[in-house]
Amino acid sequence: MHAPVRQSYLNASVGIRSWLLTTDHKRIALLYFAGITFFFFVGGIAASLIRLELITPQGNLGSPDFYNRLFTMHGIIMVWFFLIPSIPTTMGNFILPMMIGARDLAFPRLNLLSWYLYIIGGLITLTALLLGGVDTGWTFYEPYSTFYATGYVILTVFGIFVSGFSSILTGLNFIVTVHKLRAPGMTWYRLPVFVWSTYATSVILVLATPVLAMTLLMLLAERVLHVGIFSPQLGGDPLLFQHMFWFYSHPAVYIMILPSMGVISEIVPVFSSKSLFGYYFVVWCSIAIAVIGFLVWGHHMFVAGQSLYASLAFSFLSYLVAVPSAIKVFNWVATMHEGWIRFNAPMLYAFGFIGLFTIGGLTGLMLAALAVDVHVTDTYFVVAHFHYIMVGGAVMGFFAGLHYWWPKISGRLYPDYWARFAAILAFFGFNLTFFPQFILGYLGMPRRYQSYPPEFQIWHVLSSAGASILAVGYALPLFYFAWSILKGPRAPSNPWGATGLEWSTASPPPPENFAESPTVIRPPYQYDRGKPCMQAADV
Amino acid sequence: MSERALGIQYSTPAQEREAVTLGMWAFLATEVLFFGALIAAYLNYRIWFGSDFIAAARMTKVVLGTANTAVLLTSSACMAMAVTTFDAGSKRAPVLWLIATALLGLAFVVIKGTEWFLEYREHLVPALNFDVARYGGVAEIFFVFYFCATGLHALHLLIGICLVSWVAIRIGRGSLVPGGSTTRLIGLYWHFVDIVWIFLFPLIYLAGRNG
Repeated sequence: MHAPVRQSYLNASVGIRSWLLTTDHKRIALLYFAGITFFFFVGGIAASLIRLELITPQGNLGSPDFYNRLFTMHGIIMVWFFLIPSIPTTMGNFILPMMIGARDLAFPRLNLLSWYLYIIGGLITLTALLLGGVDTGWTFYEPYSTFYATGYVILTVFGIFVSGFSSILTGLNFIVTVHKLRAPGMTWYRLPVFVWSTYATSVILVLATPVLAMTLLMLLAERVLHVGIFSPQLGGDPLLFQHMFWFYSHPAVYIMILPSMGVISEIVPVFSSKSLFGYYFVVWCSIAIAVIGFLVWGHHMFVAGQSLYASLAFSFLSYLVAVPSAIKVFNWVATMHEGWIRFNAPMLYAFGFIGLFTIGGLTGLMLAALAVDVHVTDTYFVVAHFHYIMVGGAVMGFFAGLHYWWPKISGRLYPDYWARFAAILAFFGFNLTFFPQFILGYLGMPRRYQSYPPEFQIWHVLSSAGASILAVGYALPLFYFAWSILKGPRAPSNPWGATGLEWSTASPPPPENFAESPTVIRPPYQYDRGKPCMQAADV
Repeated sequence: MSERALGIQYSTPAQEREAVTLGMWAFLATEVLFFGALIAAYLNYRIWFGSDFIAAARMTKVVLGTANTAVLLTSSACMAMAVTTFDAGSKRAPVLWLIATALLGLAFVVIKGTEWFLEYREHLVPALNFDVARYGGVAEIFFVFYFCATGLHALHLLIGICLVSWVAIRIGRGSLVPGGSTTRLIGLYWHFVDIVWIFLFPLIYLAGRNG
């Protein structure tokens, strides 16, 4: 193509100020991409050091205290500064307004403020972790975090507190945008599933994050002023801290996984050239997960001394929350059934997601059973389970979405061969890393220990070997995406043959997303003998 | 807010008005959960500690608390009048009502401050001068919650006073015109802060006082 240089959001204005003071949701999404990627690799370095340490049964890299600080740093960075913001703030910010035919989010300046809060919070916490860190684990359980605390608990917690406001404001922005800025004809049941699942996520962000904020504020009050709230030495109830912490942190798991489920629901129909099977079920399962997810937090405390009757109720509800998740898995598989499947990189990541998420979900059911949970509480079985959900699920979904929307975001294509290679590498590396941990946990290896009995070594060596493969799988995209920006061929507006509004406009999009406001004439994911039927009227 | 040029994301002023209104309600939903967590923890201890905790609650100054409730409810009535008169197109009345709202808010803070000062003199302030030997550890936990809850509420009120004063100045200068959302949204916030007190007042001052 020899078209003259077209104006896009990338070249509409230049200079560092035009980025740091931008209110364009697409540019803010890229700012988030920078932050997210940075924290992902910081957390990844901590994880690599953990796996390096665990190759031998005795401690080699520093003291046990250093090890405690290492896994705490890994958890804090990955949960609050990568997983929670990952998909909503990047792809949510970039794609969600385009999917509904809006020119921006409802509150663009608030959106920019959210990014600054995220970065400031992240830097405060990172500073604390680099100054010496904390040894409490990412959960800050009392009284490790107050009476026995030795590290920079106050600074670390304050950083998380600040970044929480970023979460809340982002969620608020998405909720209002979805309600009020939909293009003409974009009814609720014509919304792509990614919008629905981001909406469900936003509801959790707005309703759960303030509880964490208050919990952390009380923790700070206790630690700074030395007054009793949770600490048993001062007359408090440490179990109450766990209740309040998990009231946020369990729904936070759904903050991490729901957006990924949304991404997968976009990718599977496109690469099967078929309508999404059971759209209404997928949509309402997102809402059901968000709602039931608020009622299961007690399954983190089966052995913490809560009442047995409470545990029974939480066990039952934890089984219940698995139902909508399972329905979604069946819907994705049914979508592929008799479809015309293309094995491009986004689809391979989606396959990885479905398989790994299913294993993570099924082992979650095992942990929801009271007796089994007592056997494997605080072992590597739990570690393996939640990594299957958060890394095998959420991170695979992140990469799937990144590869799917990359042509739209950058306006360039990437080498699909390398991307498929990275997806396969990540899948095998992941399984080699975390499957042995199920066995380790079942055999009784507790989590959060630097040294272990020699008979466990073989499983740890396998796990560390897998981690090195996984690291290569995660690092590869940096290279071929860099190549894509510099030398990749220009992307057409709809390279995958998708139906959503974001594919009706140019790649990369103009500053106001659409040349003219689109009108929506049909539901998403409609295919006529393999040909996409666009949602927008004029294409 | 709608007094500025319409943002590119909106097609009509009505769309923007609906969006900012929903935004404020979503923000208040967050605030409900924020205070809700504190109140839930407070109730947990009230049930757990029972009579010792309730005995500590009886040391609060119920007369001042009740006076403050009256002051705050009156301020909310003034706020409602400010919004109504503003939307009706009046120029002077909303400014006066807003000044009354801010002054009543300030009166609340002054009364609250007096209360805190009296409690300081009785050695009831945890982390500063709490007399554990005299009042006991359970009472200390009660007063931790008391100061957290009333302190956070007062902070919200101070923010509200600043916002109300800002709106009063802008209406006085004529830079806010009826049909905009700013006054109404600040009103919503003010009523929310009032409602938080409506929950805190009986939970802290009243429940168990005659028991």
